[in-house]
Amino acid sequence: MIGFMLAIIRRDLLLVARQPAEIINPLVFFVLVIAMFPLGISPEASLLSQTAAGVIWVAAMLATLLSLELLFKLDHDDGSLEQLLLAPHPSWCLVLAKVFVHWLVSGLPLILISPLIAMMLFLPSEAISTLMLSLLLGTPTLSLLGAIGAALVTGVRGGGMLLTLLILPLYVPVIIFGASSVAAAAQGMPVDGYMALLAAMFVFALMITPWAAGSALKL
Amino acid sequence: MPLTLSANQPVLCTRNLACERDSRVLYDGLNVSVEAGDLWHVKGRNGAGKTTFLRQLAGLHPVDDGEILLANPSARIIYIGHKLGLKEQLSADENLSWLAALDGISTQEQRYSALEKVGLRGFEENKVEQLSAGQKRRVALARLHLCQADIWLLDEPFTSIDQQGVADEQAWLNHHTLSGGIVLMTSHQEINLPQVKVLDLSQYTQTFTMRQKNKEGHLA
Repeated sequence: MIGFMLAIIRRDLLLVARQPAEIINPLVFFVLVIAMFPLGISPEASLLSQTAAGVIWVAAMLATLLSLELLFKLDHDDGSLEQLLLAPHPSWCLVLAKVFVHWLVSGLPLILISPLIAMMLFLPSEAISTLMLSLLLGTPTLSLLGAIGAALVTGVRGGGMLLTLLILPLYVPVIIFGASSVAAAAQGMPVDGYMALLAAMFVFALMITPWAAGSALKL
Repeated sequence: MPLTLSANQPVLCTRNLACERDSRVLYDGLNVSVEAGDLWHVKGRNGAGKTTFLRQLAGLHPVDDGEILLANPSARIIYIGHKLGLKEQLSADENLSWLAALDGISTQEQRYSALEKVGLRGFEENKVEQLSAGQKRRVALARLHLCQADIWLLDEPFTSIDQQGVADEQAWLNHHTLSGGIVLMTSHQEINLPQVKVLDLSQYTQTFTMRQKNKEGHLA
């Protein structure tokens, strides 16, 4: 089972290495969307620092959504999804491995670049560690929840919009607590409660979604 | 690893198997008993349900009515369909590596020897996107030499393969069935082997829909 998951992870990372655009696209999107806000709202530091938490979190969510549609679609189109499902292993292994690579490719780079983005938006420096921690707990949850939607729309033509509609409601709590934690940290308030909730959502998603997405893939 | 089947006992049975697609019954009442060493040539006109039948056996398509019985649930099955399941950006060897990892592990030596058997010596490190259609299919078929599966489900394995390749493939089919393995395959070409059994799906075609059938069942 571990060998099976490692083989998928190895294969998908190899594919990403052959097509680095997959990593760069969500990252460029993330940075560009955020760069538009000072232009659109106001470059004033006080206003930006207030909105920074929400802006970064919403941009992270959109960047995740952007790359989710292809999570299973490419495998479905070339027939390798069939072969993966035929393997004598439970389908949640497959989902977990694919989601892990998705997070590694689309979530982790966002976390790494977030301190830079935070400074760009005048987020108080004491909130930056909270921002990174909240993204570290939140982006895997976004990838996991998104896997359900991606599995359901696999094989549906033009499923991208459907995927967004299916998944956005599930993203709402993550966004609320993720952004609030950063806002609280910026005001010097304790963030333990928010982090506990984000961690709980992550654990819950980790337990439920691989199984749910695996079942959806077999439909 | 040796094959896990023993000879002369049914390994795979279908009982009144039916298939419905887009509210059209493709076949109904399909009873086949497959024994170790069988080579079944599934025939039928276009749209008769040949592909769907193989997919049902593989477990990739829902069974609408009837059942599929497998004597040994742990029998290893390989299904190679129209979509080959190869990643274009990966090399032939890398593709075989992950495909083999689905039910075991393989060494590079084994993969190279499997590729040599399908006539792709020297193409191991070429990306699949650079290969011709026939060569791509050969990469997929190389799995048959790599994983010791009991049951081969092959959907049109001769497509875009050259004449010599088809002759070679028939030799593998012969070898696999003579050593107790099972092959179910579709093809529009004839298979020149004495042990071939023919399953013509056109015989099982129905004109009613599943709903009508269930209604009649209720009335009776």
